Amino acid sequence: MIKRLLAVWHARNLEFVRDRPTLLFTLLLPVGVVIGMGFIFGGPPRAPFTVGVLGTSVAAHANPFLQERRYVQFVPIPDETAGLYKVRHQEIDLLLDLDGGARYWVNTDSPKGYIVEKLLIAADPGARRQPVTGQAIPYVDWLFPGILAMNMMFSCLFGVGYVVLRYRKSGFLKRLHATPLSAFEFLTAQVLSRLSLILFVTVVLYAGIGSIIHFHSAGSLALLLLVAAIGSLSMIALGLTIAARFASEELVGGLLNLLTWPMMLLSGVWFSIEGSPRWVQWVADIFPLTQVIQAARAVMIDGAGIQRITPNLIYLAATTFVFLALGAWSFRWRVD
Amino acid sequence: MPESAPILEVHNLVKQYPSVTAVDGVSFAVPEGTCFGLLGPNGAGKTTTIEIMEAILPPTSGEVRYRGERLGARFREEAGILFQKTALQDFLTVRQSVALFRGLYERGLDVDEVLAACALEKLAKRDNRKLSGGQQQRLLLAIALVNDPKVLFLDEPTTGLDPQARRNFWELVESIKARRKTIILTTHYMEEAQLLCDEIAIMDGGRIIAQGAPQRLLREHFAEVLLELPRQEFPESARRLPLKLIDASERVEISTDDLDGTLRALMEAHVPLQNLRIRPANLEDLFLDLTGKELRT
Repeated sequence: MIKRLLAVWHARNLEFVRDRPTLLFTLLLPVGVVIGMGFIFGGPPRAPFTVGVLGTSVAAHANPFLQERRYVQFVPIPDETAGLYKVRHQEIDLLLDLDGGARYWVNTDSPKGYIVEKLLIAADPGARRQPVTGQAIPYVDWLFPGILAMNMMFSCLFGVGYVVLRYRKSGFLKRLHATPLSAFEFLTAQVLSRLSLILFVTVVLYAGIGSIIHFHSAGSLALLLLVAAIGSLSMIALGLTIAARFASEELVGGLLNLLTWPMMLLSGVWFSIEGSPRWVQWVADIFPLTQVIQAARAVMIDGAGIQRITPNLIYLAATTFVFLALGAWSFRWRVD
Repeated sequence: MPESAPILEVHNLVKQYPSVTAVDGVSFAVPEGTCFGLLGPNGAGKTTTIEIMEAILPPTSGEVRYRGERLGARFREEAGILFQKTALQDFLTVRQSVALFRGLYERGLDVDEVLAACALEKLAKRDNRKLSGGQQQRLLLAIALVNDPKVLFLDEPTTGLDPQARRNFWELVESIKARRKTIILTTHYMEEAQLLCDEIAIMDGGRIIAQGAPQRLLREHFAEVLLELPRQEFPESARRLPLKLIDASERVEISTDDLDGTLRALMEAHVPLQNLRIRPANLEDLFLDLTGKELRT
């Protein structure tokens, strides 16, 4: 039995080592992940709560609560209106005004806001709570667009990436290549097929979850569907671009993971990246998922119209064409 | 058969890979309405040649012309192709598989017409993964015919089929030939080439080593008959006889146009003749004669 086991073990190792792109990627991926995580989460330990302090500098104030740096990260907020928007949308956990006696605003629907308020009162019992003007956004309303978008992302990237890979490895793509079908036509058909499926699933999820947890959506459902459609197009096209050239499941799987993990962490699905370094926010803005979530939250939470989310939609449409063109250009019909 | 203008012309085709030259200066022309066979053992360069002709592989040098033009959109619209190995999309029935490919062409045949032509009507609703080898090949032929092609490429279409399925497939190809389609066929079955091809090119080591109509090639290279004896029954002393001997793996063959004289010489040399077989020469003998190797190696 050991002999057979060793024979298979040896053959598999040879296969892996001789698959150069996969080997290279497997060796470079952990290095890249370490460097990336180091940049994103490195430096001093990140505090779990984010408090906005009105003004241009936090250091200008001497309130005892500001010493609580172990658990709270303080970020300057120059404008009260912008600060209140962030409190309502749970982008920060509490807004503090330290000019004169301490005043603060907290979203009563935010679990993190509740805890950070206790920390503030313990440090400065005289701090006065101010009413949050406008409607406070429950965490579930804030989270739901991100969950829907993340589900779309996985379906878009993995759903089409592995299918194209399987077609290539089985020789089906080679057979299609012998017909008048062009790479662009093939890729576009894959995009549209996946798009129909994703939109159907998203609508079912929206209706199904909505009937269970009763989230609130302020905006137009048609506009939300448009965001889902254009966002899906962009992410499907991205998945096809990854799968356009390669024939190794391990390599394509690794590349797709390399894309999905940063998107999941940085696109604001689970928590706001307010307070992260500026460059991290800039990187997050590049991801199609971030654009989808921003647009969906604007529609669902703020009731935004098409004008406000047009920049997101233009970005998603442009990336769709760029990814599709790149995919068609680099597309391979057969395993070499 | 009357000569017609070539539908396909192959000019000095070369395909080099880092460690091997798969096709090494191949040229030929295929007249319209004929069946042209590329014959040779595995690794001879047949599939590489045919895949370059199908515009699937780019050549290192040389070119292929279809109706005098470089291979382009018109060629893809008018060519039907059956690869040596093809996977189809999963979870589709036979009919749906054919319909998928029908949708990729501007012009073509009705799906039911193609299914009937390939004897697939009764299998139309079956999952394409649940077909036997012969049925699978008939489906792939149906897909190759769905655009009513002017030129049909068949790359080792009967490899792996049982004899009955192979004969059924040959009947289908003969019916296609009868409709004056041009067929390019690769095979290592000499019987298949002899039965179906109007002209053959025999390949070895990436080159064409003989080309012409099968019967003409046989007439040029062989006398009327071959005598076949088991190798272990052929004494070494008999090798000194003035006979044209061809060594195959398990047998010794003697090519002769003087059957009586040859038999007399063998008897005088005390060669046992109990297992002697006398038969006409075929393309496999021709290949053995030209290369010293057997075709199915």
